[in-house]
Amino acid sequence: MRVDDYLYLPRSIASGYEQQQVSRAEPVPFTPLRFPINQSRFALVTTAGIWDTTTDQPFDYAREQREPLWGDPTYRVIPRDFRQERIGAGHLHLNNDDLRADINIALPITRLIELERAREIGSLAPSHYSFMGWQGRGPDGQGNTAAWEQQYAPEVARRMVDEGVHAAVITPT
Amino acid sequence: MPVLARVIESFGISTIVVTMMPNYAERCGVPRAAGVAYPFGHPFGRPGDVPMQLAVIRDALRLLAAATHPNTVTHLPYQWPEPQEIAYKAWQPREMSPVVRFMRERTLAARAERERATPEPGTPP
Repeated sequence: MRVDDYLYLPRSIASGYEQQQVSRAEPVPFTPLRFPINQSRFALVTTAGIWDTTTDQPFDYAREQREPLWGDPTYRVIPRDFRQERIGAGHLHLNNDDLRADINIALPITRLIELERAREIGSLAPSHYSFMGWQGRGPDGQGNTAAWEQQYAPEVARRMVDEGVHAAVITPT
Repeated sequence: MPVLARVIESFGISTIVVTMMPNYAERCGVPRAAGVAYPFGHPFGRPGDVPMQLAVIRDALRLLAAATHPNTVTHLPYQWPEPQEIAYKAWQPREMSPVVRFMRERTLAARAERERATPEPGTPP
């Protein structure tokens, strides 16, 4: 079975993706997994735009309302001992009800803790990461991911290295 | 997001992207991706559905370990349990996103401008 990227996308947005000139990144970096899954340490990343309301501010959705071609490039740390009722969700391109009910649909921390207990994975890191997927449009009409590439994604990667992470599961939303 | 995966991978961390748009990920270039035909916002399935979430996670972990070269993109066979027309509406925001509203207003303004510039033949002044 082939997954149809546009199955759930409104026609206008789908045609935007179709027409987008994507320059394939070359070479694509590749790090073979060094240890088996049951000896590896994992971290999770999502672009669901969620945050921990007890320790963090929301993403800057107010500025996006004023400047529709801009998106907040910062990220939030979601700890492995997160509490569902303290999670904030406000992504302006999604209905956030399901994320408010269960973040495991995009950031499956609880499921990975279960797999850690069952010894299916080596361990789950203390910290996980939430970005907000809408990054606006650059002058070339493409997604404006420069701040992610130059600052925030390297920051997250360094935090993972500091926490001894071997592998990351990343979900766009 | 392919770009996040590429940066993190370049720090010596193996990544897999679980995405509703695997063909787009492949066009951008991604270390590994698992495609799943679920509505946006739900890469692992429905809230509270533990078996559904675990199925995608276990597949992603297996693919993570098995891949031997970049741009390994695998399409998972799962189907969303609700009808497409319901799921299509359910994931979308109740209010139009700012950029969709912006584009819509721009299109409407351009159309109005064209109509002002070229009145239909026979239209009374």
